[in-house]
Amino acid sequence: MTGINDFVVKFANVNGSGSASANGFFAKALFRMGLTVSPKNIFPSNIQGLPTWFEVRVNDKGYGGRRDGVDLFVAMNPQSYEQDIEEVVPGGYVLYDSTMERFFGRDDITILGIPIARMCAYAYEDPRQRQLFKNVMYLGALAALLDMDAEVVELVIRQKLGGKEKLFEANLKALHMGRDYAHANFECPLPVRVQSVPDAPDRIMMSGNDAAGLGCIYAGATGAAWYPITPSTSLAEAFEGYMLKLRGDGEGAYRGAVVQAEDELAAIGIAVGAGWNGARSFTATSGPGISLMGEFIGLAYFAEVPVVIFDIQRGGPSTGMPTRTQQSDVLACAYASHGDTRHVMLIPNDPRECFEFAAQAFDLAERLQTPVFVLSDLDIGMNDWPIEPLSWDDTRSFDRGKVLDAAALEDVERFGRYLDVDGDGIPYRTIPGTHATKGAYFTRGSSHDAYAGYTEDGQINVENMQRLTRKFDGALDLVPKPEEHRRGSGGDAGLIYFGSTHAAVQEALDQLEAQGFAMNALRLRAFPFTQEVLKFAEEHERVFVLEQNRDAQMRTLLMAEAGIPGEKLVPLLNFDGMPLTATFISDALKTALEVEADGDKPAFRIV
Amino acid sequence: MTYMTKPSVRHPALRQNDLGLTRRDYEGVISTLCAGCGHDSVTAAIIEACFELSLPAHRLAKLSGIGCSSKTTNYFLNRSHGFNSVHGRMAAIATGANLANRDLVYLGVSGDGDTASIGLGQFCHAVRRQVNMVYIVENNGTYGLTKGQFSATNDRESRSKKGKDNLFEAIDLCAMAIQLGAGFVARGFSGDREQLVPLIKAAINYDGFALLDIISPCVTFNNHVASTKSYDYIRDHSEAVGGLDFVPPEAEIEVDYEEGASTSITLHDGSKLELSKLSDGYDPRDGHGAIDVIRRQYEQGNVVTGLLYVREDVDDLHARLNTPSQALNALPESDLCPGQVALEAINETMR
Repeated sequence: MTGINDFVVKFANVNGSGSASANGFFAKALFRMGLTVSPKNIFPSNIQGLPTWFEVRVNDKGYGGRRDGVDLFVAMNPQSYEQDIEEVVPGGYVLYDSTMERFFGRDDITILGIPIARMCAYAYEDPRQRQLFKNVMYLGALAALLDMDAEVVELVIRQKLGGKEKLFEANLKALHMGRDYAHANFECPLPVRVQSVPDAPDRIMMSGNDAAGLGCIYAGATGAAWYPITPSTSLAEAFEGYMLKLRGDGEGAYRGAVVQAEDELAAIGIAVGAGWNGARSFTATSGPGISLMGEFIGLAYFAEVPVVIFDIQRGGPSTGMPTRTQQSDVLACAYASHGDTRHVMLIPNDPRECFEFAAQAFDLAERLQTPVFVLSDLDIGMNDWPIEPLSWDDTRSFDRGKVLDAAALEDVERFGRYLDVDGDGIPYRTIPGTHATKGAYFTRGSSHDAYAGYTEDGQINVENMQRLTRKFDGALDLVPKPEEHRRGSGGDAGLIYFGSTHAAVQEALDQLEAQGFAMNALRLRAFPFTQEVLKFAEEHERVFVLEQNRDAQMRTLLMAEAGIPGEKLVPLLNFDGMPLTATFISDALKTALEVEADGDKPAFRIV
Repeated sequence: MTYMTKPSVRHPALRQNDLGLTRRDYEGVISTLCAGCGHDSVTAAIIEACFELSLPAHRLAKLSGIGCSSKTTNYFLNRSHGFNSVHGRMAAIATGANLANRDLVYLGVSGDGDTASIGLGQFCHAVRRQVNMVYIVENNGTYGLTKGQFSATNDRESRSKKGKDNLFEAIDLCAMAIQLGAGFVARGFSGDREQLVPLIKAAINYDGFALLDIISPCVTFNNHVASTKSYDYIRDHSEAVGGLDFVPPEAEIEVDYEEGASTSITLHDGSKLELSKLSDGYDPRDGHGAIDVIRRQYEQGNVVTGLLYVREDVDDLHARLNTPSQALNALPESDLCPGQVALEAINETMR
């Protein structure tokens, strides 16, 4: 049982019942009080009627990962009472709607019943309001029980409602009813409660998809084509929203085109067509979309067309777990499409990096004239994360790569689209419509020579394929370096990880250090792997590779592409679809280290 | 070498267009299609149309999918950028390219397999979206590159060269395009250049989605007696709805029709479509009527050709998406990146 500024509140709701906004108010108000909150939306692939959860871990130590055990369960869904109640830690609390009284069968926890449905039925006439304000009512009770700053809570609601005073008053009424009931019937506040944190670092709350969509705006993307798929949908929608806000031309038009395509094949095709024609363009999808896009990705690779692809990974294979998180498209993206292909991947760990990597991805795609993947996941993409405010260097300018304009073409004797003029494998490209007589070429997915002419000459094809390898190797100087976390002498073992597990990993490393296991860690941020990765592996006798998939895909990639021997890389795997907790990671590492200390090989896997 | 460029020998007497260019300036590399292929006639008609329009070739982009027909974009307009993409997906490439730069002419060439089978979905959606492009289908009812399989436009009653019956109904791309809201729908025959060239010119000048379904016989795999896409069959069964002349803006109408025998349709840019000798009561502005005529003639074994349907005023994709008049690929960085001040305002809403 934990206490002040260190607890987990979990909400169980019925989806489609309007709980999301009230739960959002709760998280936002705590965030405004200076606490680190990491809300996780655990939702079904369904619109109405099925159980859905919202879990908020609260602390003042800056840990943004999940934590095991629930201190206070707001159990608003009788369908899931049974499983919900099991998650409550001994000494914890359950807040439930006691309109229908219920015996929960645990004597080590405190049950707090509020007849919410009955109170709402008396207070509101409209059936929809009776439903919606149940949520605000339990928020009022929570505010009292946890000693939340009432002004902050009310301001959050007021701002969210954006000046709709009548609606705000109705919300306030529900909020106060909940608060008053709690004060009258329970001992408020509970031992589990919050205190405002003065001088908390400046943070914003944002989802990764929102940040990535905004990053595309800042990158100057003007073409977006996408097909709705969880969990990537909100990225394209964010881009469109920001475009309408920030890209008006002053004459009623908007500087950008967003097409909701008929499928993922068309989505990537439209993005490739726009990229070929000189507009920065992207698509956003998830695993099933990557599978469908394969052929076009190969075309863009081989014909050397810049395009950015966001893969917001979810549980696979097949339809898999569409509303759960995984890191299981690593290999599918690294080698997307048939034949020999290899793709640059940027791997953000939070929404801030989603913004930055989105912007950087377009520079890389145009510099390297190739598809660039941004490998995010559902946890980063769809959940709100507390992050440092976004920033943009106004002196920064787009890297449009090697593009010949009309003046430059004048000086070219014979233009060769795939001619390696500079020896770096990156040829010069031209945009259609540039010059009356020079620079036109025939783009094709069939084998071609340096002048884009069709060829079945094996040697020419070999040279072209080798040039593409050379070009890919050049990405090593351009991709973001890995982030190293050194904790002094880490002993023999190190940890390699990437993406959304970052928050939990940092906490796990703290836990391990407190227990006497100080471990060095390296967070991968891109593929291809730069020298630092190999060096890190060389410096440690054994390297754990933490990833959220069954088949240790990143480990495979490290073996194949960085040449790190497999016996050195110990897989730590999880693929249950939930964001990891620190304890889960530290326990796994500790067990592994102890096994190792006994002289055994810790070649186990975690499920 | 696996492709052949044409020698650029130029006879001084070659006729020049308004840009001072000759037909040769609109040619491409030498065709590798079978001798007598209908597609080569379409290529020639495209060259002729672009030459006569005095089109600056570099302001046109050629797009195609995969198949015999899709190869032909290499056989015309060497000075244009071309994109030979993947099978059945030319429409998506064209859509994206068009979004990036609205100022070019987009000429897509596809086949019946590329459009009516693997690419049917993308074709339909490009029509629905009213992408401003010319979409040519070189329709021969067969898969030539893979040696003679039926395509989805092959008629139910036809038989393959090897004597196999076609078991399934034919897809009529023109009727489908009209139903889906295409702006300009025409059917031509590769063997009738006189009809074809004005249709191509009109389609290029049309602002909106223009479909040209051109019956273009495959001499190798679908030109036999039991074929309904053979030269002989189409010559015997083609029914033109009327003649068409394309009159560029500011040009005088030179064709002299009998009074009342011609209908004039003015396009966006002031150019005119002069329709003559229309069959009884045929009005290409009437979509229901057009579909009715196509179906009825089909039932009698006939192929209707000519300008089948035209809408005088359509909003293309750019108009619907409300993009600026300037090409998106030409917008300067300052118009696209909102900068730190705007970002700080966004941060503030997230605090």
